[in-house]
Amino acid sequence: MSKIRVLVGTKKGAFILTADGARKNWKISGPHFAGWEIYHLKGSPVDPNRIFASQSSGWFGQIIQRSDDGGKTWNTPGSSPEELKGPGGFPKGESNKFVYAGKVGTHKFYDGSQHPWEFKRVWHIEPSLTNPDVAYAGVEDAAIFKTADGGKTWKELPGLRQAKGNLWQPGAGGMAVHTILLDPKNEKRIFVAISAGGCFRTDDGGKNWKPITKGLKSPYELPDPDAEVGHCVHRIALHPSRPDVLFMQKHWDVLRSDNAGDQWNEVSGNLPTDFGFPIDVNFNEPETIYVVPITSDSLHYPPDGKLRVYRSRTGGGEWEPLAKGLPPKNCYVNVLRDAMAVDALDKCGVYFGTTGGQVYCSANDGNSWSAIAEHLPPVYSVEVQTLK
Amino acid sequence: MIRVVLPFHLRNLTRVEGEVELEPVAPVTICAVLDALEEKFPALRGTIRDHGTLKRRAFIRYFACKEDWSLEPPERQLPDEIIRGDEPFLIVGAMAGG
Repeated sequence: MSKIRVLVGTKKGAFILTADGARKNWKISGPHFAGWEIYHLKGSPVDPNRIFASQSSGWFGQIIQRSDDGGKTWNTPGSSPEELKGPGGFPKGESNKFVYAGKVGTHKFYDGSQHPWEFKRVWHIEPSLTNPDVAYAGVEDAAIFKTADGGKTWKELPGLRQAKGNLWQPGAGGMAVHTILLDPKNEKRIFVAISAGGCFRTDDGGKNWKPITKGLKSPYELPDPDAEVGHCVHRIALHPSRPDVLFMQKHWDVLRSDNAGDQWNEVSGNLPTDFGFPIDVNFNEPETIYVVPITSDSLHYPPDGKLRVYRSRTGGGEWEPLAKGLPPKNCYVNVLRDAMAVDALDKCGVYFGTTGGQVYCSANDGNSWSAIAEHLPPVYSVEVQTLK
Repeated sequence: MIRVVLPFHLRNLTRVEGEVELEPVAPVTICAVLDALEEKFPALRGTIRDHGTLKRRAFIRYFACKEDWSLEPPERQLPDEIIRGDEPFLIVGAMAGG
């Protein structure tokens, strides 16, 4: 029988939830890395027991952790005794060394002035679909790094910041590459999203990137609502069977593209509000997508205090509320952009975490929900592994 | 032998309980203590001082013999009490209250 492993990153550590394919009885382990902010954990599709974690702290900076046994034990990559010494006899310890390539340069700051790029933390780690030693890291200030040695060392793919990076600017949460999507049919193609830089694509493995923002409109955030960069893209998602079809939750607006981002069209339809953070796609139904509407950019909680996921079975445009099992009133949590994921079982499991410390699971495409963890620290990220 | 006290998060990271004991290269300066500490625990590289510049991270403080050494030159020799191991060298996360 299949097994599900849910990787939860929170403000004060990581938690790992496991259950069999029925997804009813859950075991929780953690907190791992207690007291540290865990922005993201994600397992390798090639070797599911290999899990990368981004551990950080405003005091002590960035740490990269890796488990090779499904989260039972963790180490900073490159910390085995034979790997510790560099040529000069000094310790390597470089798994947390994220240095921008070349001239650092500047980006637009909150006040419109230019500000130097400063590394703060890793928001998102995306392991390769084909090589367990390769992974990409999306970082704040916005850039993408790559490791080819299992996380021991990281190098920037600087072409991304050359895509008009001087015009990107931080949103309220900072300026980070928060989404990295790898095209399962074309290993040279990668999509990333940045708040508030926009959405970008490379077709040559990360050397050159171009903005893919045609059709996005940001009339209240940008002086030119149709600008090529600067849009506050909150999250993008794709279904592995159709990587040219992208879905986007923008600051305002839900959109889709049928040509790998070359053109976007709004599909907010009858959503009660089209502000929100996460968006994801049902594993078995590529036209079924999920969002969590949030009242507004000033009110980061669900409309009327009712926590509801909205589902479209038509790839957007027509939406239905999914409320069974979710708080019907007095709920004022948020669901962050990396805090929703799906499993790969026949009845697709949908999972999301809240800033109130709940992790909800639906084992039936979203029709009904139950809390599989409660009272955790605020949830930053949720990833799901479907294990054989 | 130098005694070093790490803050909770770094003890957690290095899986150390209690104090760390080090034998830094003389002269025993802040820099020498941190070099020895990072050699023993490479995971600490970048957490106390910047990888490239070796500059102290903004929210890290150094205390020695009831004095704040955070702004002292890294090459300044530490007090004899620290060098003899009578007193620990404290690496502290800057206070965050509320």
